[in-house]
Amino acid sequence: MNMLHDKRSIWMRMHLDLPLLIALLLMMAGSIAVVYSASGQENAMMMRHLTRMGSAFIAMVFLAQISPATLKRLVIPMYCVGLLMLVGVLLFGVSSKGAQRWLNLGITRFQPSELMKLAVPMMIAWYIGRQNLPPRPLHLIIGFAIVMLPTLLIKEQPDLGTSILIASSGIFVLFLSGLSWRLIGFLSTIVAMAAWPFWHYGMHDYQKQRVLTFLDPESDPLGSGYHIIQSKIAIGSGGIEGKGWLQGTQSQLEFLPERHTDFIFSVLSEEFGLFGVCVLLSLYLFIIGRGLYIAVNAQDAFGKLLAGALTLTFFVYIFVNIGMVSGLLPVVGVPLPLISYGGTSMVTLMAGFGIIMSIATDKRMLLK
Amino acid sequence: MLKQRPTIRDHSAEANLFARRAFVGFVFVLILVALLLSNLYSIQVEHHQDYQTRSNDNRIKVIPIAPNRGLIYDRNGVLLAENKPVYNLEVTPEDVTDLTSSLNQVSKLIGISEQQKADFLDSIKHTRRFKSQVLKGRLNEQEVAIFSVNQHKFPGFSIEARLARFYPYGDTLTHALGYVAKLNKKELTKLKQQDLATNYRATHDIGKLGIEKYYEQMLHGQVGSQSVEVNNRGRIIRTLSSTPPVPGSDLVLTLDIGLQQIAQHVLKDMRGAIVVMDAKDGGILALYSNPSYDPNLFVHGISSKNYKALLNPDRPLINRTTQGRYAPASTVKPLMAILALEEEIVTEATTMWDPGFFQIQNVEHKWRDWKRWGHGHVDVYKAIEESCDTYFYDAAYRLGITKISNFMNRFGYGDLSGIDIHEETTAILPSKEWKENRFKESWWRGDTISVGIGQGYWTATPIQIANATNILVNKGINHPPHLVQVAKKEDAVEQINNDEKPPVVLKNPDNWRIALDAMHNTVKKVTGTAHKAFKGANYDPAGKTGTAQVVSIAQGERYDAQSLKERQRDNAIYIGFAPFNDPQIVVSIVVENTGGGSSVGAPIARQLMDYYFAANPLPIAKNDSL
Repeated sequence: MNMLHDKRSIWMRMHLDLPLLIALLLMMAGSIAVVYSASGQENAMMMRHLTRMGSAFIAMVFLAQISPATLKRLVIPMYCVGLLMLVGVLLFGVSSKGAQRWLNLGITRFQPSELMKLAVPMMIAWYIGRQNLPPRPLHLIIGFAIVMLPTLLIKEQPDLGTSILIASSGIFVLFLSGLSWRLIGFLSTIVAMAAWPFWHYGMHDYQKQRVLTFLDPESDPLGSGYHIIQSKIAIGSGGIEGKGWLQGTQSQLEFLPERHTDFIFSVLSEEFGLFGVCVLLSLYLFIIGRGLYIAVNAQDAFGKLLAGALTLTFFVYIFVNIGMVSGLLPVVGVPLPLISYGGTSMVTLMAGFGIIMSIATDKRMLLK
Repeated sequence: MLKQRPTIRDHSAEANLFARRAFVGFVFVLILVALLLSNLYSIQVEHHQDYQTRSNDNRIKVIPIAPNRGLIYDRNGVLLAENKPVYNLEVTPEDVTDLTSSLNQVSKLIGISEQQKADFLDSIKHTRRFKSQVLKGRLNEQEVAIFSVNQHKFPGFSIEARLARFYPYGDTLTHALGYVAKLNKKELTKLKQQDLATNYRATHDIGKLGIEKYYEQMLHGQVGSQSVEVNNRGRIIRTLSSTPPVPGSDLVLTLDIGLQQIAQHVLKDMRGAIVVMDAKDGGILALYSNPSYDPNLFVHGISSKNYKALLNPDRPLINRTTQGRYAPASTVKPLMAILALEEEIVTEATTMWDPGFFQIQNVEHKWRDWKRWGHGHVDVYKAIEESCDTYFYDAAYRLGITKISNFMNRFGYGDLSGIDIHEETTAILPSKEWKENRFKESWWRGDTISVGIGQGYWTATPIQIANATNILVNKGINHPPHLVQVAKKEDAVEQINNDEKPPVVLKNPDNWRIALDAMHNTVKKVTGTAHKAFKGANYDPAGKTGTAQVVSIAQGERYDAQSLKERQRDNAIYIGFAPFNDPQIVVSIVVENTGGGSSVGAPIARQLMDYYFAANPLPIAKNDSL
């Protein structure tokens, strides 16, 4: 008993939530296995992946040490710097693959939209959390503005995936803060009605193409439908048990595009089958459950709203990515969280979990 | 930093509200996860088979492997058609870093024409980048060596070997062997109709002529295949399974390349045809048509310049042995004599007076004998030995065309000989019906008279003449002519063409003896037309000369003014066999526009027979008994 008590206190003192930590480490182990397969067993790529996982882990541990109170103080400067940088990206950004997302800082390239993935939910959680819940209409309108401003700037880069993630993180804060169901219904209707002008004026041609392809991928099997078709073939041919690690023909023979990044779920499904998919989804559900548990037990409204929004946004990643590769949603560039190769997004995600852990341990320290 | 809020917050109510919302959120998450899972279940379990198949279609490609074409040997095992590797310089565009500069450098090394470059650049436009295309075909040894040394400088460039047909004897065998050349669209359509197209998936060439065409299906073999796993660029990763191709059957011909070479040699630059047949089984020992041409020109696609050169007035493309239509002339006299004896128009003892011409009562026209002053008293022997025309004018006139036509048809005249190449014509065996169909005119009795000496409307091919002679020397037994003896597949040996046709049966079999004796005398007696040519032969030959007035040779030949005179000269014809008592070989020779059968035809037969019997000596005892 004494030992156990000591152990718990060690994790508490380190500001780490043990169940969440174990789940995250399991995810990372899975990621190593799947990326190794998807990269075609390329060692150089594995080294980069491991390095980024290391820095992501450090980012998590680091952010877990920052108390929610300190975070609250950092909210406004972070959000403003982020906004400025987004404007900077649009003005002087570095282009890659038809999108302008990077800011060259001399030493390194930086993607300000990643910063905003954390800054936006923090900003709105702080703003809404200051008021009594549920928020009043004026606060809601200001809250919307806080969310929509960076969302639109990121959509201009263009980066539809990230803008969806940022918008949803803000909307989750509003939802969790007790936004009335009537208003939710009203806003949903407006969004649905806005879809038509958005389609005509708000989307880039390649984004429209993705949606059209999503609606009927077989119409253009060698062109833009290729990704979805090959992905579904990979998933479907995996069956229940999968073809076995490193044995996925769709991925190993490179029929699957973007297989170590956005389409890594297809690799996992092909090699580990529905069984592997269930294990993955169970782990995800555990993480989400744990995140919401922490949110519910958080000490104040800021902590509740932020932990809840970050957790639900984590699910948006999962849903958009899996929905996209399995043909439920159009192709939107969103990685599979914690599994996909690709540094920045993993660092941001782990930083988010660091914040959640900080919220979790902050409360316990207080209770003690 | 934060302003103190004036109203007091109801923390427990807020916590409850938040907990409810978080719960709703989690329920939402569960619903959406269920949605994802049900979709994945549908893909991975319900449609698993479908996607499994599509996954395999993606990665497994079946590559056909061409079978090796069967080889062709002569009767003594000499290789007549072989498969030789040819080296092509091929380029896989995907692997080339700088195509233009590589092309220029390679061009400096081994010389690539502008045309080749243009063709290559055109071909890579229409194919996938990982597929190699021929840049320069048929490299010589030096080019292969030069390129091989420098190969490391040119990624994506490689020398590929494939087997191509080669005919080591060139123009000596063209009309018999034929040749293969690139499979064309029309042939592919035909193969599809015959359900054979899959067997030709990897095949480049197909038999176009001669034996190569006639025995195409036997020579070709069975396509093999290899299942390979490919990546998304079509590059082969590994072989999953393979079915080796079954090579085509090797053919052993009845031809004797030595005799064939003699045939070519003796014809020199004369237009003509030589057929030598094995009297025992109808196998063709030599089948040569002059002028000939090199079949290897066609294998890799003949240039238009070379092709135009073959369209000259000597018509080398025509196979004169089976397509040349010549008046058989006096070579028909032995058969005509048998018919007259059979019909009892003459007997062995009958003689007639030959004044040097034949006349029908009340008709002024005189059918002249070649000997203007006539042969005097003539019996059936002398008529054949000295080739008396008048005797056969009379016989034919009395027999009538129908009897002649029916009888000669039993010896194969007017029909395809059935030799195993497709290039053959029936020529013309005239009959009343034929003339009515052909000229819309009825037959008149005068027409029959020149038919009696193998002239008039009658034309025959050298193979028909050889075949008829062979039936004669075998006293009615009919071994149809053929070029292929045996097909060998691995260890199995299949006899082909060993069937006999129904024999020709005479009312009085002694009539064979009369005609054959007369042919024997033609060579043996000093007065015989072939005596001089065979003087001193160490075997016992028999034969019959013929000298045909030229009307036309092959169908559609145009006579131009310059060659008119030469082309109007007589054709020399000769049929012969030896040894007389137990015939082993039969020859049939036609030489165009060179005059007499005895002065040109018989000496050629002599050379062929001399060669044959030197190579196949007769048993001494047999020789003595002659």
